Amino acid sequence: MEYDVIVVGGGHAGCEAALASSRMGNKTLLITGNINNIADMPCNPSIGGSAKGIVVREIDALGGEMGRNADKSKLQIKMLNSSKGPSVQALRAQADKITYPKEMLKTLKSVTNLEIKEDLVENLIVRENTVEGVELENGEKIYSKAVILTTGTYLKADILVGNTRHREGPHGEKPSNYLSDNLKKLGFRIIRLKTGTPQRIDKNTIDFTKTREEKGSDKELFFSFDDNEHYDVNDQISCHLVYTTSKTHEIIKENLNKSSMYGGLDDIEGVGPRYCPSIEDKIVRFSDKPRHQLFLEPESLYYDDIYIQGFSTSMPHDVQEQMVHSLPGLENAKILKYAYAIEYDAIYPTQLKQTLETKLINNLYTAGQINGTSGYEEAACQGLIAGINASLKIQGKEPLILKRNEAYIGVLIDDLVTKGVRDPYRLLTSRAEYRLLLRHDNADIRLREYGHQIGLIDDKRYNDFVHKKQMMKELTDKLNSVKITPTKKVSEYLETLNTPALKDGITLYNLLKRQEITIDMLYPFIDVDYPEEIKKEVEINIKYEGYIKKANREAKKLLNLENKKIPDDIDYDTIGNLASEAKQKLNEIKPTTLAQALRISGVNPADISILSVYLKKEYRNGSK
Amino acid sequence: MNDTITAISTALGIGAISIVRVSGEDAIDIVNEVFKGKNLSKVASHTIHYGHIIDNEEIVDEVLVSVMRAPKTFTTEDIVEINCHGGIATTNKVLELLLTKGCRLAEPGEFTKRAFLNGRIDLIEAEGVMDLINSKTEQASKLALNQVDGKVSNLIKKLRQEILEVLANIEVNIDYPEYEDIEQYTTDKLKDSIYDLKKSISRILNESKNGKLISEGIKVSIIGKPNVGKSSILNKLLGENKAIVTDVEGTTRDIVEGTINLDGLMLNIIDTAGIRETKDIVESIGVNKSIELIETSDLVLFVLNNNEELDKESIDILKKLHNKNYVVIVNKIDLPNKLDLKSIKTDNIVLMSAIENKGIEELKHLIKKIYNMEEINTQDMTYLTSARSISILRKALSSVKDIEKGLLDDMPIDILEIDLKNIWSLLGEIIGETYNDELIDQLFSQFCLGK
Repeated sequence: MEYDVIVVGGGHAGCEAALASSRMGNKTLLITGNINNIADMPCNPSIGGSAKGIVVREIDALGGEMGRNADKSKLQIKMLNSSKGPSVQALRAQADKITYPKEMLKTLKSVTNLEIKEDLVENLIVRENTVEGVELENGEKIYSKAVILTTGTYLKADILVGNTRHREGPHGEKPSNYLSDNLKKLGFRIIRLKTGTPQRIDKNTIDFTKTREEKGSDKELFFSFDDNEHYDVNDQISCHLVYTTSKTHEIIKENLNKSSMYGGLDDIEGVGPRYCPSIEDKIVRFSDKPRHQLFLEPESLYYDDIYIQGFSTSMPHDVQEQMVHSLPGLENAKILKYAYAIEYDAIYPTQLKQTLETKLINNLYTAGQINGTSGYEEAACQGLIAGINASLKIQGKEPLILKRNEAYIGVLIDDLVTKGVRDPYRLLTSRAEYRLLLRHDNADIRLREYGHQIGLIDDKRYNDFVHKKQMMKELTDKLNSVKITPTKKVSEYLETLNTPALKDGITLYNLLKRQEITIDMLYPFIDVDYPEEIKKEVEINIKYEGYIKKANREAKKLLNLENKKIPDDIDYDTIGNLASEAKQKLNEIKPTTLAQALRISGVNPADISILSVYLKKEYRNGSK
Repeated sequence: MNDTITAISTALGIGAISIVRVSGEDAIDIVNEVFKGKNLSKVASHTIHYGHIIDNEEIVDEVLVSVMRAPKTFTTEDIVEINCHGGIATTNKVLELLLTKGCRLAEPGEFTKRAFLNGRIDLIEAEGVMDLINSKTEQASKLALNQVDGKVSNLIKKLRQEILEVLANIEVNIDYPEYEDIEQYTTDKLKDSIYDLKKSISRILNESKNGKLISEGIKVSIIGKPNVGKSSILNKLLGENKAIVTDVEGTTRDIVEGTINLDGLMLNIIDTAGIRETKDIVESIGVNKSIELIETSDLVLFVLNNNEELDKESIDILKKLHNKNYVVIVNKIDLPNKLDLKSIKTDNIVLMSAIENKGIEELKHLIKKIYNMEEINTQDMTYLTSARSISILRKALSSVKDIEKGLLDDMPIDILEIDLKNIWSLLGEIIGETYNDELIDQLFSQFCLGK
């Protein structure tokens, strides 16, 4: 065997997979079509966002790279939903599109055990339903114990602009023409998806005075939990907000038939993402909205491109010119790159196990857009999990499967393999049942232990984590032990805080439960200061204690169902009462637990009742 | 495929006709074997046929047979129903005959279980069928039928839909935080929604309370000092209504002495130990025992003697009746008045002479008034009749109250949403759209034999 693990594709999924695999001690080969495009950001210049930002924290907690790399390359960073509660806050950074890939490549090159090769993979070597390596474009074969496919949008990629279609990947790269056909031959169900990206504008041709400036946070913020380098918050690059005008809407309506998605092309099969629709979609579907928000986002310090977030389209170039010039401040803007849509092949993800190994071919893993997701963060976390599980399998260890109440990563993978996708899957906070448990601030508490166990978090980082937990406990104990009484001095102080006077003595712990009280206000009573993140987390744990308990109780109910295993040898066809749709879905997805079965769309609670009764009857006392 | 099951579907011993129901793949073939008349395997679905059940050429009973073919039947399987006319003995013989021909005796609730498992009815409807079968008054049957129609399901579905819209609004704000164009769902708006939700849930609960009284009956106790006339009042109530008097032990620890059907309102007279005994035995129900009875009853009939002054014990009992549904009966008005009526501060007072048959109708009228029978009869109400559904709905109401508290505490909306999601899921449990593991076995164990 030449390698333990081969990773095909060097995007965000591929980088995490290759790093995890090599750092876990496996001889790893990363094959990419173009080394200059490693960790490339072909679409928006940002990392994080609602839910996605929490995923980046989770990746970091497990020992992945995205968080640290984003910290190194950020142009600005802010906390989203900061006016809302703790369960939905998430970081988003504008990342420099030159720095981000450069830093990632540096990291890849610094890891022992990891080789990088420029080539195209067109086939898999499979024997007895087990993958044994890959075959390159020129027919050369490379053998390995496991293969992870992270091919992004490159499978049979078509670029669509107006009424034209070209077979090419992003940046005019060569797509893979045969790999998806070969996957089909192996028995995989392949689907076609579509995504798009907006124009890039020369920043020197924009009149920013007609836009609204959107600054980064005035507090230092980091994705990574580990030692972070300070930066100057005043040194951040701003984004700018503009709105579409009635003229923009007119232009789009008049030219709708020229958009490749609205009749310009009649052979579109790919399904686009519902959650980031093209501007023509928005105008058609929400015709009563007089205007739509657009964000002008800087791509890099090293070149002049401005990305227009919210303006993705597949109109022909001349219409795009008119559209862009109809925006305030962009009357004379120069378009550096036109918007386009891209159509590509993906694997229908219910063909995967929770480990991201395919059900059909042993030791073959897939991660990222090939699994039907959209977004850098979604890709990266799958790459990490695939890399981890491929390594664990080679080492003969139990896989790492994160549960829905443990991580957004668990929610994402469970959704993919249980429900499948209709359009590119984007992570949303609403996809998680227990988001108060899956917070930005506690990602390390949830996951670092796993990261350490599998060997991606070294002892130093782990010790820092243990130390942090100790400090949290210390602070919590202190708040619990200090009791204040309504003395004159205390009453006067509380009055300055605009909080009702005390009737009896109260612990600081209970005082903190008042919504208007923050932990910093209690400083005069404690006299010891703690790092910001520790105070914040302890405060959340105390303030929302009742709700957290409630969420944990609910999660426990789910866990009970999660523990009801469905045996591999179950034959759904013999269960007479199951609805036929349920039978078909259960046969296709082969859920491993009753909880997973319940989440399959098309399987309703009555089917689960029947299944539950059947399992009780047939598998009682291990009789079967 | 399921085997073919059979059972007597009507209550034994009551009524002139008993129905034997057969359901399953071989239902028609098996009945055809013992039926003399038309060839049932050739008749159209949902038709009734006259003929005889025969056992080796010997006629067992003269019957009407309904043939209903899958899937449009209660269990979604082939069903044959045999209307027997010959009383308990022959009906049992018909059943035994079917068992020898290959049917299996249905387990308790198995028909309903099949209907549920085959997707014919949802859980709440299954419960409604249960209630329908067990209902003893017409009013209760109507109520049970109401559930079978899915009326409750529809109302709850509507509530869930409304909650879902609120949830969607909150979610959009969270997932697209920077889009100012999207309307912000503020806690003020949530306050309005919660107010409406609380009203709807409380209303169902309130109506369900009445519904429960109708389907399960009202627990009534008659209390009062010895020789005040409790037994004659009971006998008048029972006798004039030709009620079935049974000594059946109730589901609770209460002993049901007798059941009175008051225009559809079922009164279960509980634990009146001693009052129907002969007069030789001195009744000795003390204050303590009375208080115990007051606590376990839905309605208390407190009997006083018109011919005696109010004593301290009676005053104590009157105090305890506060907060209860109760009627004060002043009996023996045929004797001289010594009781100070003004000291009894309630409108629910009936002057009676049980011996002279005075005041009985007034009492019945008053009870009906207390339970608002006119209103229940005419109002288009939506009840949940099973204890399970009501208790789930109570949980939902308590979550609504949690949200109200959270609103007062200025909790952020994404936190308040936790309870709202919980309510959504609880409501789903009532109509079987949220899966509850413990429910299934428990539910089926409650079903009575035959349906």
